[in-house]
Amino acid sequence: MTKISVNEVTKRYADHTALDRMCIEIPERCIYGLLGPNGAGKTTLIRILNQITAPDSGQVLINSEKLCQKHIARIGYLPEERGLYKKMKVGEQAIYLAELKGIKKAEAQKRLKMWFDKFEIGGWWDKKVEELSKGMQQKIQFVTTIIHEPEILIFDEPFSGFDPINANLLKEAILELRDKGATILLSTHNMASVEELCDSITLINHGKSILQGKVGDIKRQHDTHEREIIVRCDDFNKVMAVADTYNNIKVEHTDLHDETKLTLFSESPNELLGQLLKVGQLVSFKEVLPSMNDIFIQEVQSKNQAA
Amino acid sequence: MNKIGLIIKREYLTRVRKRSFLILTFLGPILMAAIYIIPIMLALNSSTDHLRVAIVDESHWFEDRFTNNEDHTFILMPGQPIDSVKDMVKNGVFDMALYVPPTQLNIPSNAVVYSIRQVPMEVETYISGVMQKEIEDQKLMAKGVDPEIVSAVKTDVNLQVMRMDENGNEKETFTKVQFSLGMILAMLIYFFIMIFGGQVMQGVIEEKTNRIIEVIISSVKPFQLMMGKVIGVSLVALTQFVMWILLTGVLYVGFSAYIGLSNPEMLSQGTVMAQEITSNDIMSNETVQNIVQIAHSIDFGTIITTFLIFFILGYLLYATLYAAVGSLVDNNTDSQQFTLPITVPLIVAIISSFYIVNNPDSSLSVWLSMIPFTSPISMMVRIPFGVPIWQIVVSVVLLAVTFVLMTWIAAKIYRTGILMYGKKLTYKEIFKWLKYK
Repeated sequence: MTKISVNEVTKRYADHTALDRMCIEIPERCIYGLLGPNGAGKTTLIRILNQITAPDSGQVLINSEKLCQKHIARIGYLPEERGLYKKMKVGEQAIYLAELKGIKKAEAQKRLKMWFDKFEIGGWWDKKVEELSKGMQQKIQFVTTIIHEPEILIFDEPFSGFDPINANLLKEAILELRDKGATILLSTHNMASVEELCDSITLINHGKSILQGKVGDIKRQHDTHEREIIVRCDDFNKVMAVADTYNNIKVEHTDLHDETKLTLFSESPNELLGQLLKVGQLVSFKEVLPSMNDIFIQEVQSKNQAA
Repeated sequence: MNKIGLIIKREYLTRVRKRSFLILTFLGPILMAAIYIIPIMLALNSSTDHLRVAIVDESHWFEDRFTNNEDHTFILMPGQPIDSVKDMVKNGVFDMALYVPPTQLNIPSNAVVYSIRQVPMEVETYISGVMQKEIEDQKLMAKGVDPEIVSAVKTDVNLQVMRMDENGNEKETFTKVQFSLGMILAMLIYFFIMIFGGQVMQGVIEEKTNRIIEVIISSVKPFQLMMGKVIGVSLVALTQFVMWILLTGVLYVGFSAYIGLSNPEMLSQGTVMAQEITSNDIMSNETVQNIVQIAHSIDFGTIITTFLIFFILGYLLYATLYAAVGSLVDNNTDSQQFTLPITVPLIVAIISSFYIVNNPDSSLSVWLSMIPFTSPISMMVRIPFGVPIWQIVVSVVLLAVTFVLMTWIAAKIYRTGILMYGKKLTYKEIFKWLKYK
């Protein structure tokens, strides 16, 4: 079922168009990646979803209902530019932010205790925010974002400022939230985390969607039919003799003296494999799909050149 | 929605808990009480020091003119050379010595007071006053005028000013009292708008530089946040105001009780002396009568009601503008450029109040008390002098309408401004924001 549906949304500012008839369908219970170069319109779209700004035209549906005030309590938003009141105590501040989302004080206290224990930050309750390090503040920020158990979570660069251990903790928390039923919109430049976490993505450039779909499908669409084969054979020349009969092949020595890596660009590697099996031992064969990083660069550059 | 209530609560509590708020709250009344207490303390203390003044009067004009009291005794040393008397001052026989050389009427007299320590102001004025009076009398006699006649013809004109209304009712007015009352009220509004409007701006800038703003406005509307802050700070202002009045009262009562318990005689003495300082030569009976009359002539009901209305509306109008300005800047140092349009009308109002207080019913004064940006201050200057009710109503309505309009504009600017970082803004650009959806 579609959780969030963005229909033909356009937003213009004085000197540029931030979003140009943007359409996105975000299914329920998935992690959806929102990608794009700086200034592409991601933040504008996120702000529209949070009703911080309104679109000039087009509409947003949540659970097939028009986006309205009541949805605010059902969305959790971790902005890219985030911070806390420096002079306020951690616990007091977390309760205040939870209350603003419509949680009763006692309930907020209970849930916060649970999350603070989970993130091992229980001892900070009475500390002032300014006494904490950036990473510590980020953890508190994350907890306050999810404290009202929203159906929809929007994370803008959630991993910035986290060390690898805490980033992992965060990743697990995000996956757990998805498994519990939340729909998550993730905007990031960290392509590794997109591959790890996202089910589907939309790539935005200059306010337009230039690529949309499931991560797996997109990768397959951008398949260059690259196949990597490693064979073990004492006589390198025998391998070369086979390879020389193909022109779409690249041969490299590996660190191990008796192993050779061949990279073939072809949809049918069977013939080559058959020949190689005769001269040596097959160590590995794999289909090399392009990384999201490569796809991102390729798509954005080709669109920019076309423009 | 109770979200705005939550915001008001936070804004209020974080400010009231601050150390600077507590310090200001307690320091204010102490300063105010000091204005009342210090003259009494001085009056009480000066009587404890008794001074002995030796007089060497070679003119022999003033010898019997100085009278003794609790503060000072005058001892005549006729025929003694001044040098030996000076030695006696050095040895501590006398506290000071007054030397009057032989004097002629047409020569300005140049008497000298010799003293080891600082001569109290009071003694100095007493001595010079006595001498001046004596010389004037001597001069009058030399011209053949009896000084008795001169003092007999001295007259105080007591000019009564009566204001009439259309129905022919007459009311006595006291310009001096109205003058100071008007200025005090105007100053109060001016300072409260400046200080607490500034606090609203600081709060907005803080949220922007902390980058918490986007987190908050994903939960509440920017308008709710802005108004919550404006109202929260206004409650802080009112708290401070009420605390000042209460604490001043407590300090006053406490001090009176302290003086009264420790020495009942001194209290009456102290208050009498304090009265002498404040009210010049008027007989105390007349003073009391006067005070009753003045109090009767002032319409406290109108003053308090209008003060509260103009204070609240004026503050709200300016506070929302301060909020809009706060949203336009990234840090305090940049705020100058945009605060100017706000502070100019305030400054115009406070400067023109010196004119208004002298011409409360001139057409310029009336206009200034109608224009919404100056009216909170200008109208308060005029109120003690009596303002036709229709003018007050028109002014309040104009102010209220402007407040609503300005809040609408400020909210539009605020909404866009809080999310702008590191961009040099021009007024033209800000104007465009008003059209954003």
